[in-house]
Formats: sequence, C-alpha cells, structure tokens
Amino acid sequence: MEHVADPQVVQQWRETAWSVRVAFVAMVALLAIAPFVFYPVFLMQALCFALFACAFNLLIGYVGLVSFGHALYFGWASYLCAYAAKSWHLSPELALVTGTATAAILGIIAGWVAIRRQGIYFAMITLALAQMMYFFALRAPFTGGEDGIQSVPRGRLFGVIDLSSEMTMYAFVLIVVLAAFLFIYRIINSPFGEVLKAIRENEQRTVSLGYKTERYKLVAFVLSATFAGLAGSLKALVFQLASLTDVHWTMSGDVVLMTLVGGLGTVFGPVVGAFLIVAMQNYLAQFGQWVLVIQGAIFVVCVLAFRRGIVGELASRLGVQL
Amino acid sequence: MKLATASILAVAALVGSAAHAQQINVKLGVLNDMSSLYADIGGAGSVAAAKLAVEDFNPAAHNMKVEIISADHQNKPDVGANIARQWADVDHVDAVVDVPTSSVALAVADVVKEKNKVFLVSGAAISDLTGTKCSPNTVHWTYDTWMLANGTGKALVKTGGDTWFFITADYAFGHALERDTTAVVLANGGKVLGSVNAPLNTPDFSSFLLQAQASKAKIIGLANAGGDTDNAIKQGAEFGIAAGGQHFAGLLVFINDVEALGLKTAQGLTLTETWYWDMTDANRAWTKRWQVLRPGKFPAMTIAGVYSSVLHYLKAVAALKSAADGKAVVAKMKEMPTDDPLFGKGVIRADGRKIHPAYLFEVKKPEESKYPGDDYKLRATIPADEAFRPLKDDKCPMLTSN
Amino acid sequence: MFEIFGIPSQALFGQLLLGLINGSFYALLSLGLAVIFGMLNIINFTHGAQYMMGAFAAYLLLQYVGLNYWAALIIVPIIVGATGILIERLFLQHLRGLDPLYGLILTFGLALVIEGLFRNYYGSSGLPYSVPPQLQGGHNLGFMFLPNYRAWVIAFSLVVCFATWFAIERTRLGSYLRAATENPALVRAFGINVPRMITVTYGFGVGLAALAGVMAAPIYNVSPQMGSDLIIVVFAVVVIGGMGSILGAIITGFVLGIVEGLTKVFFPEASNTVIFVIMVIVLLVRPAGMFGRSV
Repeated sequence: MEHVADPQVVQQWRETAWSVRVAFVAMVALLAIAPFVFYPVFLMQALCFALFACAFNLLIGYVGLVSFGHALYFGWASYLCAYAAKSWHLSPELALVTGTATAAILGIIAGWVAIRRQGIYFAMITLALAQMMYFFALRAPFTGGEDGIQSVPRGRLFGVIDLSSEMTMYAFVLIVVLAAFLFIYRIINSPFGEVLKAIRENEQRTVSLGYKTERYKLVAFVLSATFAGLAGSLKALVFQLASLTDVHWTMSGDVVLMTLVGGLGTVFGPVVGAFLIVAMQNYLAQFGQWVLVIQGAIFVVCVLAFRRGIVGELASRLGVQL
Repeated sequence: MKLATASILAVAALVGSAAHAQQINVKLGVLNDMSSLYADIGGAGSVAAAKLAVEDFNPAAHNMKVEIISADHQNKPDVGANIARQWADVDHVDAVVDVPTSSVALAVADVVKEKNKVFLVSGAAISDLTGTKCSPNTVHWTYDTWMLANGTGKALVKTGGDTWFFITADYAFGHALERDTTAVVLANGGKVLGSVNAPLNTPDFSSFLLQAQASKAKIIGLANAGGDTDNAIKQGAEFGIAAGGQHFAGLLVFINDVEALGLKTAQGLTLTETWYWDMTDANRAWTKRWQVLRPGKFPAMTIAGVYSSVLHYLKAVAALKSAADGKAVVAKMKEMPTDDPLFGKGVIRADGRKIHPAYLFEVKKPEESKYPGDDYKLRATIPADEAFRPLKDDKCPMLTSN
Repeated sequence: MFEIFGIPSQALFGQLLLGLINGSFYALLSLGLAVIFGMLNIINFTHGAQYMMGAFAAYLLLQYVGLNYWAALIIVPIIVGATGILIERLFLQHLRGLDPLYGLILTFGLALVIEGLFRNYYGSSGLPYSVPPQLQGGHNLGFMFLPNYRAWVIAFSLVVCFATWFAIERTRLGSYLRAATENPALVRAFGINVPRMITVTYGFGVGLAALAGVMAAPIYNVSPQMGSDLIIVVFAVVVIGGMGSILGAIITGFVLGIVEGLTKVFFPEASNTVIFVIMVIVLLVRPAGMFGRSV
C-alpha cells in the first residue's frame, strides 16, 4: 500500500461517529445478555452468519463487487476445520486457523481469476468457481459427500477450556465474532478502505489518480474470503457438522439476501440482516414449503423499494451513520 | 373458617396435582422432508400416520397425553440436526420420528443419542443405522439398504436376471447401493457386466442408457433415488429399453414414483418393499382412513412404518409409565413383541432392527390395473428371517461390547 | 466398427447425436437469455422458472383443457410470455437505470417465489407427460436407436433459433430493437415506442424459455425444480458465447451440448463441471466471450 500512516487507536475511536459507538455498545450489551433469554445455539448460528455477511459486505458494500459464489470460502473452510478437528485431532483454535487459512488460499486463487473482470462477468466467474467446487465437494471422499463430516468434536480451547457447554462455546464465538467485526470496521475506516470506496464510486478516476486498483480489489477480495472462512470454521465447531449445504449456491444466495436486507455498505446492516434471516428460517422451518417463497419475495421487495436495507433506511431517516 | 377453606383447597390441590402427576405427557416430533424430493414418501403423510397411531392407541385409556409436532429438514443434515437439538433442549420432545434421507438420519441419530431421546426411523434407508452407527436410542423400522439390495438382487438373479449393468448416482448413497447389490448378485451366481456413474440430479440419462443398452445386460440396476430414478425410467421407455428385452431394477423406488411415472412407463419395473396398501384387508382399511387426511394419494411403506413404530413406542411408554429415559424405552420396545394391523407380528432385534418379511413386486401393465393405485403384482416373498442382514454381519459396536 | 480412444465409434456417434439434442435445449434457453440481455441489459435469472412454467403449462393444458402437445407448442409460449410482460411492467421497468446486478437479484428472487409456489401445489415428485403419438417410436440408425421425438427436438430448435436470429439481425423490426439498445433516446426521437418494444422483447425471450419447457416435458421430469439447476449451466453457456450475441448463444449452445455429451462418455463424473471449466478458461482468454461485444 502506498499510504502507511496509521491513526492511533484512541484517535480512531474519537473520529468514529457517535452513532456507531452507541450502536456498537448496544450490540455488545444485547449479545451479552441474549443467551440467558434465547436459545444459545440459535444465537451462535446467527453470529456465524453475521460474520459471513460482514465479510461479504466488505466486497459488495465497499468495493462494489457482487460475488455470487461466496459459499465457496464459507463451506470449504467449514470442511477443513471439521476435518482438522475430527481426523487430525487439532484443538479448536488450530482447527479454526486451518479453516480460515484454507479460505484465504482459495480466495487468492479465485480472486486472481475473477478480479480481471467487472460487473456481471465477475459475478458469473465467482458463481462458476463455486459450482465447480460444489461438485468437487460432492465427490471428494474426505468431505463425506451427502453425509458431510459429522460428529466434529469441539475440543478444548488452548487445551484447557472445554467447549462442549453451550454457554462457554457462546462466549468463545461472541469474542471471535466481535474481534473480527472490529477488524473489518478498522479495514473500512482506514486509508485502504477509503481507496476501496473510491474504486466503488469511480474506478476510472481512481486509476487516473495513480492507484493500482487491481491490487486493492484483490486484497479486499482475499480479506472478504478469509473472514467468510472464519465464519464457516466457527459454524463447523458450533454445529459439529460440515455439509454440502455450506458450499451450495443457495448459501451464496442467502448471504446476498442477508446483506441486502440489512443494508449494503452499512456497518451494522449485515449483523441485523443475518439475525433476521436466520430467525426467519428457523421460525419458518415448520412451514417448510413457504421459506423459499418468502425469501424470494423479500429479495423482490428489497430491490424495488428498500434498496438501502433496514439499517440503511434507519440511518438515513435518523441522519446518522450506521 | 378461612383457614378451613384454605386447608380444604390446599388438600384438594395436592390430591388433584398428585392425580395429575400420574398422567404421562409424551411429545412426538415428526421430522422429514415436507417440501421437496421425499415429501411424498413422508411429509404430511407421515404426520397423518402418526395421528392415526395416537388415535388407535387411545392415550386417555392409559392416562397419557400425546402431542405431535412436525418440521421440515429440507434433506439437509445440518437443518435436521439443528431441529432435533432444539426439540430436545427447548421443546421437550421425547421421540423423533421418520427422518428420510440417510445423511440427515445419521446426524439426527447422534443428537438423539446425546440427549437420550428415542429415534424411530422409518424413512431413511442406510443400513449403518443398525450397523456401524447403531445406538441404544435408535429403532430402525420399515426397510434398509441391505434389505433392498438383497431382496431385489437375489430374487432377480434367481428368476433369471443374472447379468447386470448399473447406472449409479455418483455420490455416497448411490455407490453404497451399487456395492451392496453387486455383492448379492455375485454371491448368487450372477455377473455384473459394467456400470456408469451419473452425476446426481442429472436431467438427461440418454447417454448412460445408451451404454446400458450396448452392454446387453438383462437387468439395468438403478442405484439412485427420487428424480434420478424417475428420469432414467421415463427416458428408458423412450429409448425402447423394454422392447430390447432389458428390465429395470429400481433399487429405491416407492409407490409414489410409480404413480408419478404412470403404469405405461413404469410397467415391468421390479422393486422390493415391505408393505403395500393393497395386500391385505387390514392394509386397505387403514389406507382408507389415511386417505381421509391425505386425499388422492397412496401411502408408501415408509408412512405405514411411521404408524407402526409410533404405536409400538406408545405401548412401551405405557408399560414403563414414563417417556423420560430414551434408552429404557427402546429396551422395552425390544423386549415387547410388536403387533399391529399393518406389519402384523414381529420383533425388534438387539441392534435396533425391526424384523418383518419383504416382498418383491413387479409393476403391472396398464391393462392389468383395475383401479387407481392398483400398481403392483407380487412376484416373491422373502421371509422375515432372511430379509434383513444377519446380526453377526452387523459390526454394531453395541453388540460386540456386550 | 473402428474404435476411437477405446470407445467403439458406434457408441461415439450415438453420444454425439445425444449431445446435439441436449445442445438444442441449451441453445433455445441461452437464446432467450441472450435476447433479453442483449436487447434489454437485464440478466433474467427467472429464465429457469419460466422454462419450468412452460412445461407445467403444457401438462395443465393437457390435463384440464385437453389440448395436446401441438396446441401447447403455440399457446404455452404466448401464455407464459404474457406473464413475462407482466413481470416487466410490474417489476423490471423500475430498475431501468440501475446497475444490472439489481435486476439479477430481483429476478433471482422471482425465481425462488415461482419455484416455491409450484412446489407447494405440486410437490416434488414430478408429473407425467407423454410423447405425442405422432412422434412416438423411433428408428434404428445402426449405431443407435434414435427416438423420433429427439430427432424432432433437434430439427425444431434449429428452425426456431434460425428464425429468431433472422428476425433480429435481418428484419426492420429487429434493427429497431438493436438501435433502441444502443441509443434509446435517439430511437424514441424517431417516434418509436421504446418502452413497449422492451416489454415485448422481454415477453418474447420468456416465451422462448417456455417453448423449451414444452419441448422438455415429454422427455425430462416435469417438476418444480427442473429449471433451477439447469439455469446456472445455461448462464455459463451464454457467458461463453458472449452476452450480447444471438448467434454466439445458438452456436455455443449446440457446441457445448456436444462437448458435454463427449464428456459423459470419456469422463462421466466430470460432465456437470466441464461447462464451468470452459467458462472460466474462455473468460480469462476472451473477456467478452467467444462472440460477444466488449463490455
């Protein structure tokens, strides 16, 4: 990166919009008491998807690139983390690293191929790559095919803390997700992030200013893939299962939905969107047939009338940044 | 005066709650595919069957209250395991019922074992549920892959279908079906002339059918399920498979597939099932009752299995007077011989396998069918003691540790 | 007969012919998509669902109105095309100025809604629809048995594809359409009703999808999810051919059908990924597809 200047953390905090600070504190408080009110497993599921959506938002909201194949990183990280925990008997933090590293590598390869193209071709390449890896997952023996990798042990964190209790696991997941959330926020609000936003606004102009936009886009892509991988790895440990659902194109569609509903390019939008969609899917599991219809309807309504998403609308109504 | 009233009320409440405390509350969760591939062999039909079982059991007579809830696992192991876990932790469900799709069943079996509930499997086929993945909380009803391979494979070889060609769905389940059936065919003196792996959910089988035709095998084994089987059969009719003297053997076919294909296309297809609605008067009578809840449809064997397994489960709970300990209930179910109008008298083995006879059916020609649903003719009966994998071949960890 | 790479040439020719048949479906479907994208700049993800609606409409017409396959060939594209016009009027026209990816997301949502609704009413087992009596049976060509219906599919698709290409590239109406895509304001200044042309074009593209659906009904399983897995492959075909090129879509459809057919013989397990692999390679080498205009 050409610009190296790095504001101090304290100065960063002061420069952060007050609304974002308030919202962040509120979010942490809510999430801290939530497991005593709601079913912790549901909350952990929502948290994993919130991270997935935040990672996706980095690409679509701030760089303006729509990836239709993000399940690739989420799902394959999930598989590798599960495999590491189950067959290599790695402790959870090492399994997480394995999964996340897998996603990063896949992100580099896929990004290198896809970044050369823009707009619809970019989306199509990401979709095609994800489909290829889906079919590979279907047949590769280590993924367990239709069965997936089941009975993944949660293990002992750092060899000491037993994660099999739901509340302990929840605390772990919450800490990891919040840390990642803050990291992503830091990326967005840094000189690097400003360049990304410039690319989204007008790539030609950014190029003419002397920035090597391809490199910036690739880095953003890899970061997005890596965090998606972290989310996938966490999910594998929470549910102790990695399956084909995680690499299917409907998973890619789900994360687009969550980010769109929550609000593209907002800080908290993906989190809100993820919680909403996960809650809806769980609630509607009883009326299995209607989940598809309702999700599709939400897509349509959002695109027509609600493009800013929930958090986006809220932020614009209140006149604050969120 | 007030004290007397209060004490009378208190005593009344105590007596009342004591009487109430004796009532056993049981909650059943029917978990299956409500909206896609396997909705017809389970779905709302299984819920209806469970309701009939509860009705016939008559909970009030045993001082029990039985509630049924249901959910859609969408054929995804993570969704299914999630729902099972939530049912155990939050909704206090005592038994999970049905669960087609083997990958989901395996995941749910783990959760049920962990939470010490009962798993009454009817819809799933994988024989590992009473084999390497057996559990003291699982009872496997209706059918399994071993029985299908043995029934169809053995019976066909013995009746002249001794050369085989497989069209296999290229995923674990398809390969398992092909492997099991190949073993049976070879053990009974048949030959496998070749096989081809078709990707899962292929819409067009013409290429693979061409290869099957070229092999000149007498039997084309379809090691796949659902839409793949239907597509293969439909296109096989188009390419004149039957006219060329070859027969399809459906390794996982239900009456709903036959109804969907129509007799003109499906005629001559051989398959193995453990229950057919038109075989006995009791079956027909039950089907009529079931059709009140599901008009226009015919119950597959898996739905009959739900009825039968729920009924036996409730009897075991009544005998134990509690549904709380899953292992204990399953042990009781194995101790008591089974008896119901649909599957007759039978027994549940130590590995959790329910034993009953199997039947080799052939799909009728259109002119042989006299009324809707009159789809099968019986070709052979496999007695109960031969229909399922012998205990010694199970490799069930539960048994070897005893 | 002689052998090529261990496969007897008989089997090979048979597979080539089958590949051509599949290619016909790819060609018809990607033609509809190419028309819609080329003319309207809309990426129509609903195409798969509209293909499915075509097959269902054929089934329903037969079941409830008693109209046979031949009537369906004409009526169904009109009915489903009309629903397409409705979709364009209600939803798509509001997205005219926006990033085409919004159109993709909206049509994706519509596809989910349509598939979900059909699944609710019809379940997933599939419905029977038989080959029309005039086309039943087949001929033994020596190297394979070719059902008459499949031969009809190839012939009819070629006719439809050629007719569409001719209409767009060689007629006056087609030239208006192409001009309107380049410069709508100027064309409107000439007094041509551009929005109406766009609406009708969308309807026409949808009608093509429905036509493919009717043709698929006798041989493929008529079920609500018949379009959803197919649509992604068709997208790959269109991208390989070049998003704006009508001829590109047609040729690529047929060629890829043949390539897929050959893969089924030599390496069947890879037959559903080969098209994606080709797509990635093509996009790296020729960014706008084989025949496309540059984006």
